[in-house]
Amino acid sequence: MHTSRLATKCYHCGNEFQVNKHHSSDEKTFCCSGCKSVYELLNENNLCNYYELNEHPGQFVQKEIRKEKYAFLEDPKIQAQLIQFQNKNFTHLTFYIPQIHCSSCLFLLENIYKFDSGIISSYVNFERKEVFIQFNNEKTSLRNVVETLEKIGYEPHLSLKGFESSPQAYDKALLYKIGFAGFAFANIMIYSLADYFAVQDPIEAKLDLLFKYFSLILSIPVLLYSASDFFRSAANSLKQRYINIDVPIALALIITFSKSVYEISTQTGSGYLDSMAGIVFFMLLGRWMQSKTISSLSFDRNFRNFFPIAVNKMVDGKGVPTLISELQEKDIFQIHSQEIIPVDCMLSKGIAKLDYSFVNGESDIHEASIGELIYAGARQTGSKIELITLKPLSQNYLNNLWNNPRYNKKENSGFQILFDKIALYFTIGVLLLGFGSFAYFYFQGEYQLMWNALTTVLIVACPCALLLSQTYTYGHILNLFQKNKFFIRNAEVISALSEIKHIVFDKTGTITEIGNSSVKYFGRKLKPQEMENIYSILSNSMHPASQNVLSYLNLKEAKFIEHFKETLGSGIEAWIDDQHYKMGSVQFVGTQSQTDIMGTKIVVAIDQEIVGEFVIETPYKKGIKALFQKLTKQFKLSILTGDNDRERENLKKLVSEETELKFYQSPEQKMNYIQQLQEQKSVPVMMVGDGLNDAGALLQSHVGVAVMNQANSFTPSSDAIIASESLDKLDALIQLSAKSKSIINYTFIISAIYNLTGLYYAIQGTLSPVIAAILMPISSISIIGISYLWSRYSAKKLGLKIN
Amino acid sequence: MSVIIILLCVSFLISLGFLFSFFWSVKDGQYDDSVSPANKILFDTKNIKNVKK
Repeated sequence: MHTSRLATKCYHCGNEFQVNKHHSSDEKTFCCSGCKSVYELLNENNLCNYYELNEHPGQFVQKEIRKEKYAFLEDPKIQAQLIQFQNKNFTHLTFYIPQIHCSSCLFLLENIYKFDSGIISSYVNFERKEVFIQFNNEKTSLRNVVETLEKIGYEPHLSLKGFESSPQAYDKALLYKIGFAGFAFANIMIYSLADYFAVQDPIEAKLDLLFKYFSLILSIPVLLYSASDFFRSAANSLKQRYINIDVPIALALIITFSKSVYEISTQTGSGYLDSMAGIVFFMLLGRWMQSKTISSLSFDRNFRNFFPIAVNKMVDGKGVPTLISELQEKDIFQIHSQEIIPVDCMLSKGIAKLDYSFVNGESDIHEASIGELIYAGARQTGSKIELITLKPLSQNYLNNLWNNPRYNKKENSGFQILFDKIALYFTIGVLLLGFGSFAYFYFQGEYQLMWNALTTVLIVACPCALLLSQTYTYGHILNLFQKNKFFIRNAEVISALSEIKHIVFDKTGTITEIGNSSVKYFGRKLKPQEMENIYSILSNSMHPASQNVLSYLNLKEAKFIEHFKETLGSGIEAWIDDQHYKMGSVQFVGTQSQTDIMGTKIVVAIDQEIVGEFVIETPYKKGIKALFQKLTKQFKLSILTGDNDRERENLKKLVSEETELKFYQSPEQKMNYIQQLQEQKSVPVMMVGDGLNDAGALLQSHVGVAVMNQANSFTPSSDAIIASESLDKLDALIQLSAKSKSIINYTFIISAIYNLTGLYYAIQGTLSPVIAAILMPISSISIIGISYLWSRYSAKKLGLKIN
Repeated sequence: MSVIIILLCVSFLISLGFLFSFFWSVKDGQYDDSVSPANKILFDTKNIKNVKK
């Protein structure tokens, strides 16, 4: 039982477990009865294809499903909040199911009608992790549908309208704009080609003019419709008295268009309409790529998303499902195991074992006694309890914390300014150059040339090259981030990431694993009798480490021990069956540790012979030590935690000496700490946290990164979300974003070379229009290609996943 | 010359056709989810009652 060689993987969920505790069915092994029952259910319905599409596709479903858990869904008032459409016979609604992750999920969810004949159809939107369900009201009910989903391991996340800011839908209008710009671009190109090859012939000249007017007609909607977003955003930024990247673009578009109109109407040239349409097309395409962030994640979550929708209010001894917003003072309600307490209340019945880690970062379970005040946000880990409401939902402690004006102040954050600085310098540079040459020719008296010079500079030094290299590089990096399970709110976060100087970590849940510390045994195999003896002796010990080993051994009965002696904080020794057992710390037993795993160790010696040791692992996440080592080279680090300082020594081993460790920090203090760093040292700060207690700090920091511990867990409002297993790549991810800067700069230089070459020949009048027309798309495409290959190469070099 | 004008009109109409079929596909939601359709064709059992949103 002690070595991992005997561990095996659950056929359903792929979790490793010890063989001796297995459940099996059809020669397949499962880690728990929950997984097994899902398998049996699928088997009954001939849906075992589920397991053939992917290995271990399932979700771990150990917890027993409470029978009345979804009773509240029978309340029409609550139903109305969830249903999209309902008539006499049918109901339509969409569930958000965060567990959707592979084609097996897709297969199963689109076949749920096999479990419940009332379900007419189900349609999965994989990217949004949603399933759209139609069902027959007479044959089934909302409650049944939800229960079916839960039974197969896909419990939907139910949230009431207005509480959840649903993940952003993609912008269909942008697609229309791209489609039209592409259409116009292709047509104008064809007319222009005809124009370039036109021979000097009176009939052909007429045709040529016809083509030009045709191009002009096509380019009007490109300017007014496809490019409208650039003008809108430019106007907005000017109104707020700053210059963003869209200002020079809007300016260049207007000048290009008006100069083309002038040239065509006076028949002095052929205009630049082909380039204009092409540039708009490529820019929109880049923007589309950038906007395609993962659509199933929501970055703006209110703490209410974490609460249950309804609880059972006790009326005359019976539970009545009630929306949590309708709980009044002195109402009595029930909370079941693993549910979050939604209001400030008082315990009236049962044993409350509360996990406050989400609210204040404390990792220990708090046991509350009857009559004790319980704050909203705690998770009940024990069994069912009854509580008396003290304050309605809108007045609870969390709400007050949340409505603190400082939580809502992120308007023009630091990185927005950084991002737009480039645009400002660029615009000023181009305008200076343009008006400089304008003035030069003015004083030379060359009035025709001065207008030409001004417009040519603005058109050729088109900011579009800058924008193209920027949008495409950010688009590629965004994509690479996603492959490494790092999701960012928008592309601006990339440039903010590259500026970071100081990183602040939360402890509980961020750098440690959630849940109980795990126990491992190293040494020779213990005989059953020895195990029994160890269990019996340790059950006399008060030390928390002993309790951990006891729950690991998990035997039923302890023998009565007559002779034992416990040395507090060191160990215990006892005589049993004429054998001398000595167990405790390395010093106590008088040996050296054989393992280098961090954590508390209990060495076991029987009759002076060391047989092995139990290691109660400090549950730090894998790769944390290596990550800290890499990060200290570049950044200042701090660790803030709401927890006690028991882990101080272990933490010190993880980090360098300069790292500041702060314990007993309230959410407020965490936020203040970040603010202090920003104001006193004026450095860009990154906050990495996971719980509600970090929410303020995440908002206050320049880049708030929320750690997502499970595919289906929820994270507080943040700029970025990182999957727990990718946390050890954080340094590489930051470096990649820093790399993006040089990629943008170099691709910009490359495109500037293209443009300057064009400008050089254009001034001399030797640039043939055909070459110019070919040069423009080639320069755009090579920028896109170079930034793509370069960002992939950089990511690969940093050890990140690229496929 | 008239040949070219006819060609011009025809090519314009054809590209207009493509533009509208693109608009149609966007409106129909073909770009809503780029992952599932590719997977769905691999399933053996046929889900006949599949209805779109």
